[in-house]
Amino acid sequence: MYQYDEYDQRIVDERVAQFADQTRRYLAGELSEDEFRPLRLQNGLYIQRHAPMLRIAVPYGNLNSKQLRTLGHIARTFDRGYGHITTRQNIQFNWPRLDDVPEILGLLANVQMHAIQTSGNCIRNVTADPFAGVAADEIVDPRPWCEIVRQWSTFHPEFAFLPRKFKIAVNGAKEDRAVIQVHDIGLDIVHNAAGELGFRVLVGGGLGRTPIIGEEVAAFVPWQQILNYCEAILRVYNQHGRRDNAYKARIKILVKALGVPEFARQVEEEFAHLKDGPSTLTQAEIDRVASRFDDPVLSPLAEDAGYRARLADDKAFAAWARRNVRAHRVAGYASVVLSLKPYGVAPGDLTADQFDAVADLADRYAFGEVRSTHEQNVVLASVREADLVALWQEARAIGLATPNIGLLTDIIACPGGDFCALANAKSIPIANAIQDRFDKLDYLFDIGDIEINISGCMNACGHHHVGHIGILGVDKNGAEFYQVTIGGKQGNDAALGKVIGPSFAAAEMPDVISALIDTYVDQRHDDERFIDTVRRIGVEPFKTRVYADRQPQRKPAHV
Amino acid sequence: MSDKIIKNGRVVVDERLTVALAEGEAAADIAVPAGRVLVPLAVWQTRRDELLARARSGELGVWLAAGEDAATLAGDLEALQVIALHFPKFTDGRSYSAATLLRKRHGYKGELRAIGEVLRDQFNYMTRCGFDALQPQAGRYTDAQLEAALASIDDFTQPYQHSVKDPLPLFRSVNRAADREAQQ
Repeated sequence: MYQYDEYDQRIVDERVAQFADQTRRYLAGELSEDEFRPLRLQNGLYIQRHAPMLRIAVPYGNLNSKQLRTLGHIARTFDRGYGHITTRQNIQFNWPRLDDVPEILGLLANVQMHAIQTSGNCIRNVTADPFAGVAADEIVDPRPWCEIVRQWSTFHPEFAFLPRKFKIAVNGAKEDRAVIQVHDIGLDIVHNAAGELGFRVLVGGGLGRTPIIGEEVAAFVPWQQILNYCEAILRVYNQHGRRDNAYKARIKILVKALGVPEFARQVEEEFAHLKDGPSTLTQAEIDRVASRFDDPVLSPLAEDAGYRARLADDKAFAAWARRNVRAHRVAGYASVVLSLKPYGVAPGDLTADQFDAVADLADRYAFGEVRSTHEQNVVLASVREADLVALWQEARAIGLATPNIGLLTDIIACPGGDFCALANAKSIPIANAIQDRFDKLDYLFDIGDIEINISGCMNACGHHHVGHIGILGVDKNGAEFYQVTIGGKQGNDAALGKVIGPSFAAAEMPDVISALIDTYVDQRHDDERFIDTVRRIGVEPFKTRVYADRQPQRKPAHV
Repeated sequence: MSDKIIKNGRVVVDERLTVALAEGEAAADIAVPAGRVLVPLAVWQTRRDELLARARSGELGVWLAAGEDAATLAGDLEALQVIALHFPKFTDGRSYSAATLLRKRHGYKGELRAIGEVLRDQFNYMTRCGFDALQPQAGRYTDAQLEAALASIDDFTQPYQHSVKDPLPLFRSVNRAADREAQQ
């Protein structure tokens, strides 16, 4: 992963000092609550239901073992023994004390980490493919570009107080795994007809209250100009985005109001002034940033006979390998997904001991490198085939080898009403109830690839709009209900799900999911995934089944 | 409580009356007080000829509300010695872009003053965007607090980006590659 130089380190250290002083002034009464709030938010610090919540940046999901051990230490010392991986690849702690936060930030700075701009109306953590640098379908490694965007957006003086939050994602592979179509800016690394590298730029995607798929504003921006172009987008947004209504303040609303052609024209006009300006990138800078990634140098290895034999002989291992092991660009290596979705655990949670244990696994088997995913799992990017059996056994011992990646129980869920002050309804118990219903592994394998995403409110941290099945917590006269969508999808052909009908009580949710799955199983063609069946036959058959099953509950017989 | 401001990195007395149009008042009609004043853009545009000499002497400056287009002053920058940009709330960041545009695109060299909800925790960003005068609301800080707040201007000593204050981004202003070689 990227290694700080003295300049990176100084900026983070200066932030620690700045925030320590701000916290001191707040506690001394020199800063009002209203004055302190945006400052603490830009340090990832929320005041939540039970305590402050601290969101720590994991730039484009990259971590090393030393950082994991620090996170484990923080979980043990300042929290209640666990942390949570978010859908922006970040890590949250739900129980720190406000006056401990400066110390926590100091510990993080010691391992090149921070909480900068993980909340607030500023440019947030840039996200990317968790398999960046190792994916077999990768065209260009997005990580150096992510790092360049991270540095450009960190404490940008002009864009710290935008109308609303601003999220950027970068994709460099054939299959987009960074959900760039639902970001404020989605950067897609492409080559033009002349073979030159550049970016296709999407703007105005987003989930939340008004879900919108981002649209192409530029088909090709040469790589040298990408920061100038982003600066142009941000300047148009900073000046013209709505500030009168927080719900209409995201750039997607501005793009919709102006229309894509007019928005693009304004950006081009601004870009004409900025083009070839000081932010113009140089090959030397790209090379320098790329050279600071201390990736392992891998040479192709022969196929491992022991691994193949075990696949044939050991059903449990084969199941894990099938779901949790992915092809690597270098022969003889694989990428491994450690599942943070075992039964009965909040999706994305890691205990302090698990942080340490994953660090140990990374050191022994994966060159000390770990990735967090927006699906709230953990990836060991480069593992020798010959080590997979041993890794599996050790991961199993610490509860991180559930063979369910991409299956129904690999649920994305926000922290929801158990923790979050914004939530209308709980998310985690719904995820757990669905996991309980589908506890037969053979059946899960038979159902195959499916994504269930749960958000506890319309802010959509659980990305429910792009779940094959999306579940949204809503408030109905003070009671918690759940609205269900189907047909959402992430990836190259991203789509927003359609609502199937009136919402459900929490207790009904496992039955609702069962009815949806039963419909799929009845209707599917051979080897057709759930999402493909929905796309082929539409919402209606699913809807009919779900609400038919539900009828007796709605109108109980009078006895 | 202090009614001083920060100018070019020092705490000074530099009072200016900010004239605002009350509801129903027309730019053409209001009395512009004598002495050091800041007038709204509409007043300046309506009565430019009348006010030009006072502007040239630096006695009179113009203030822009957040969101008012800085480019409308592009033709007046040679005459104006003082321009102020208003922050209705410190979380309203529009005036950072206006400041950057005035300095970088339009080449404004005179005093650029931040007025409105101007707080020390934004001094670093403000000065980097080209503000050389920072005027917190009267009474927000004590003299001692304002002196202490000078330190915030330098919260980040070598930021990544280019800005009005730093004409080049870090990757162009220092040789970061050399730094790495030195470490190895």
